Amino acid sequence: MFFNSLLTNFAALEVGQHLYWQIGNIRLHGQVFLTSWILLGALIVFISLGTKKMENDPKGLQNLLEFLWDYIRDLARTQIGEKVYRDWMPFIGTLFLFVFVSNWGGALIPWRLIKLPSGELGAPTADINTTIALALLVSLSYFYAGLSNKGWRYFEYYVHPTPIMLPFKILEDFTKPLSLSFRLFGNILADELVVGVLVFLVPLILPIPVMFLGLFTSAIQALIFATLAAYYIGEAVEEHH
Amino acid sequence: MLAFNFFGATEGGLFDINATLPLMAIQVVALTYILNSLFFKPVGNVVEKREKFVSNNIIEAKNKLSEVKKLEADLLTQLQSARTEAQRIVSEAENESDKLYKEALELANNEANASKEKARLEIESQTSAARDQLSKQADDLSELIVNRLILEK
Repeated sequence: MFFNSLLTNFAALEVGQHLYWQIGNIRLHGQVFLTSWILLGALIVFISLGTKKMENDPKGLQNLLEFLWDYIRDLARTQIGEKVYRDWMPFIGTLFLFVFVSNWGGALIPWRLIKLPSGELGAPTADINTTIALALLVSLSYFYAGLSNKGWRYFEYYVHPTPIMLPFKILEDFTKPLSLSFRLFGNILADELVVGVLVFLVPLILPIPVMFLGLFTSAIQALIFATLAAYYIGEAVEEHH
Repeated sequence: MLAFNFFGATEGGLFDINATLPLMAIQVVALTYILNSLFFKPVGNVVEKREKFVSNNIIEAKNKLSEVKKLEADLLTQLQSARTEAQRIVSEAENESDKLYKEALELANNEANASKEKARLEIESQTSAARDQLSKQADDLSELIVNRLILEK
């Protein structure tokens, strides 16, 4: 009996259900785009407000944005290195902000209150498509960074200490995007599921610490994703001697 | 169990990869450009301008401080030399006045001695003159007495 009611409750979580948009031949996960547009729109509005009137003595929002900028710069500089971090800072920062805003937006906003015909709104990063897209962008970026900075010498990296490393380094090119995408996807989805299950089982108080844990995980995941992306780019542009 | 259709083969499922992926990638690239022009560039400009301003001011202040220290040292040596110069002048003046005093004293002593000597000589000459006159008068008187006695006899 109890098991049955549990199942019906789980069914209400609608795991793996999507709001499909059909455009011609292609199919899209509509709920991912809806939440990402709302969250990124909010992010862009927030940033435009903060940078509307830039002053030499920062006030209010500008202070916060400058702190954020400084944080991202430090992250990019320590991982990529003094020489080329400037070129990659916007990309690293965008990754960080996108993942952070998506994770926190998914965790903080009660999307469940909005009923969709199919699937439900949630963090865009809880969809495998988003995280793979981000991870593939990171892969392309570090290839591009390595090739544009060192030319064909970039491939020295594959045989760097000894040619024995070659198969492992080639394997790394596949494991990097795989681990990046699945780490983020798994963490955020797991967090959403845990909170969802707990809310259905014990609707009072108990989910709150888990929600805080979720916020913590979300922020950490954003930091990890951006740091690893920067580290991969840094690894690609690093000069071996 | 419909809800746990994780690996949903045809429709739905957690690992349902479709055109969402490339579109999301394009969206993220677009977001990178938007954030670059809205956020990273303007904030970077302001922050770096301020950092340059601050570091320039620090350098300038350091230069000024070293200049001040140099001037201070300069003034200190000047003060030192002025002090020794003043000391020298004071001691010179003291010596001078001492010398002058001694000269004046000697001169005055000499003068006093001279006038004393002169007075002594004068007194002496007058005394001898008076004595001469006295002895002459005594002679005259004795002669007169002698004559008188002779005449009476």
